[in-house]
Amino acid sequence: MGDYSAEVISNIDRDYIANFLDAGKRIDGRAFNEARNTEIELDVVAAKAEGSALVHLGDTSVIAGVKVLLGDPYADSPDQGVMMVTAELQPLASPLFELGPPKEPAIELARVVDRGVRESEMIDTSKLCIEPGKKVYMVFADVYPLDYDGNLIDASSLAVAAALLTTKFDEYTWEDGKAVPTGKKLDLPIRNSAVEVTVSRIGQHLVMDPSLKEEMVQDCRLTMAVDKNDKLRAMQKGGGSGPLTLDEIETSMTMAIDRAQDLHKLIDETIKARKKK
Amino acid sequence: MSPETKPDFLINPEGLRIDGRRTDEMRPIELKVGVLKQADGSASIRQGNTYILAAVYGPRELHPRHLTINDRAYLRCVYRMATFSVPDRKRPAPSRREREISMVIANALKPALFLEDYPRAVVDVFIQVIQADGGTRCAAINAASLALADAGIPMKTLVPAVAVGKAEGKLLVDLGDEEDKYGGGDVPMAMLGTTGDITLLQQDGSFAKEELVEAMGMGVTAMKYILELQKEALKSAYTKKVAIEGEELDEYEDDLETDLGEAEIAGEEDE
Amino acid sequence: MTVYFKKREVVVPGELLAEGRYRSSMGTYDEEGKIYSALAGLAELRGNTVKVVPLEGVYIPSEGDLVIGTITRVAGNNWKVDITGPYGASLHANNALRRPYDDDISRYFDIGDVIAAEITAFDRNSGPFLTLKGRELGLLTEGMILDLGPAKIPRVIGRSGSMINMIKDKLRIEAVVAQNGKIWIRAPNAPTLDLAIKAFKMIEAQAHTSKLTERVGAMLDQELAEIKETAPKTTEIESEEEVESPVKEEPPEEEPVPVVEEERAEETATAPIEEPAEPKASEEEPAPAEEAKAAKDDDNKTEEVIEE
Repeated sequence: MGDYSAEVISNIDRDYIANFLDAGKRIDGRAFNEARNTEIELDVVAAKAEGSALVHLGDTSVIAGVKVLLGDPYADSPDQGVMMVTAELQPLASPLFELGPPKEPAIELARVVDRGVRESEMIDTSKLCIEPGKKVYMVFADVYPLDYDGNLIDASSLAVAAALLTTKFDEYTWEDGKAVPTGKKLDLPIRNSAVEVTVSRIGQHLVMDPSLKEEMVQDCRLTMAVDKNDKLRAMQKGGGSGPLTLDEIETSMTMAIDRAQDLHKLIDETIKARKKK
Repeated sequence: MSPETKPDFLINPEGLRIDGRRTDEMRPIELKVGVLKQADGSASIRQGNTYILAAVYGPRELHPRHLTINDRAYLRCVYRMATFSVPDRKRPAPSRREREISMVIANALKPALFLEDYPRAVVDVFIQVIQADGGTRCAAINAASLALADAGIPMKTLVPAVAVGKAEGKLLVDLGDEEDKYGGGDVPMAMLGTTGDITLLQQDGSFAKEELVEAMGMGVTAMKYILELQKEALKSAYTKKVAIEGEELDEYEDDLETDLGEAEIAGEEDE
Repeated sequence: MTVYFKKREVVVPGELLAEGRYRSSMGTYDEEGKIYSALAGLAELRGNTVKVVPLEGVYIPSEGDLVIGTITRVAGNNWKVDITGPYGASLHANNALRRPYDDDISRYFDIGDVIAAEITAFDRNSGPFLTLKGRELGLLTEGMILDLGPAKIPRVIGRSGSMINMIKDKLRIEAVVAQNGKIWIRAPNAPTLDLAIKAFKMIEAQAHTSKLTERVGAMLDQELAEIKETAPKTTEIESEEEVESPVKEEPPEEEPVPVVEEERAEETATAPIEEPAEPKASEEEPAPAEEAKAAKDDDNKTEEVIEE
């Protein structure tokens, strides 16, 4: 069962995919450890967002926008800024998405991407404090899938990473009991970055970066967040209740680390190539 | 975060607006058709810094069933702004403003559609504002018209829209964000391209009757121009779809086989 | 009496197409003697009929159409069938099985099964309703399904079946072409399947051009020749059930579905009636080719059952 068990996939499609896999192929011609064509566009909301990126992963596309606001710190961490990832599965992106408040798939998407950012300690929130106990920067990374053809998690995490890495926001200092703009622009205090890589199990086969049809027949999926030092920072098994063997998990990790290296490189190259604002 | 401060002037001594436009000048508009793969029809619009996506699904089965109408399709419009589309992050949940705008957009488009062709079904129009810089409901209608045509929903006409207004005594066409916020009035309008009938009209601020009539006249002129842009965007997208490399279509070639829909014609003649 | 467009010109909604004594047909509407386009598509003039042909569209059911659908739900004695488009279809057990049949009809067809069925009834208030009782109708298994959309199907079939028959003859594949835009293909081997898919995708992309049948035929000849050079055996492999028969009727009638027994239609049931087949056996089919008269009486009942 994929993420969308409400949607019925035909037995012919299911068998067709399985037969291809048994013959060592995928229906779109990819190798098992091959991802779809991946593109990142930066600064797509340059006039209103502090950072933004649009990712195309095959026919899946996701936009992430970053807003940096002033706010109150959490009581238990008065000198830390705040970071949060949200996501909404708008019906514009797929006939499978319904109108209404976020349901489990949207919530899982947001939380999994959030964990990738948080566990990799990407942002040094101790450097996001304006005045301890009074004012901190709040960093919101909001994810909007625009076109759903499978694997929103990977596309979203890539978009969020690219958007955070290119975020520029107004600097504030604390003067006379309030936050005052200095006129300078800051980058986010970045220590690391993580990208998520998802591997689906369909029967005996493990395929990376599942397309929508593959997701609909998967037994389960494993998402792994890998940082710039090839370290695993977060994992999530989801997308169905089928189990995984330890061997399968290890194989998936190898695929993920490989792919993550390519993704980190892609992010770096895209940022370098970007014209100065 | 970026503090929104009122600009010193909206019209400078030379009579130009803050982005350098004349009072009767529109922002550059870029319309693209067929930008999304999942949706049945889609279009994007850039109007200055405003950037909006419109997706149409339908006609399709309607859930919940209690909304179905026996003799026509139900038109459902949902206008949503991305949290990052505005300087002060917008809370994710649908706001009352978004819900009102959704309704107003539906009313602007409905008279143009042949909904009776699809009883019991729904035509869904989803508007996603990616970047908001004034005139979003009008830009949304401009894109939604194209998305509906792209989805093959039968329409009487395309629906152009524009917001006119005034600032510092001057009537303006295509209000930008600051002009909307700090100016003297905002009048969003939409009309049926073929007949000129007005299907969206709202107004705030303060206008003398003659001023408002003149402003609306400027709006109609602008909408006629936008209509041409819409037609052009749709035609060029579809011409690309139809063309194949190097193939010249002979005019008036009586090749029955090329007549897609030959079967339908045969069927029709029996009516 | 003026026409404002060239043959197969791209037109958009609201565009004025003709004035005077012309008849408005699909994709157009008339207002005060003028005919306007209602769609983005290609404008055509046939005699004095003006129409606009869309490049794509949703499937609107029509009685008599052959459709391919997936079963999405079992509700009492009915299966809900997704045939794409805004109207979900229903299949009543009486139109698919011989009586007596089991209470639990999911034994015969279950969620996920794909069927080739015919639309027996559809109007503005209800339906469409399906039947599996007919030649070429029944469960489809193996092979693959292409979804080209209903707008391309007339071109896939061709005039009097010329296009689809050519493809089948050249490739020796089995195919069912359904009015709702789906094509079921079963090929003897992978290269042949790939070629079939290539041919259909070519039609999809070039549906509005002339001499397409020739070009598709030429492409297939060329590819087949190349295959012969590199692997002479490949094209000789026989498919398990060669069920070729020339198409006698106008579309949408298509080649018999291989899994359905080749019973001649219209015969009343004097032959011994099969018991309803074992659950979902792919070769057996409780879709006898007998007149569905008995089933029609149940259509009224069918309606009630379907009400949600």
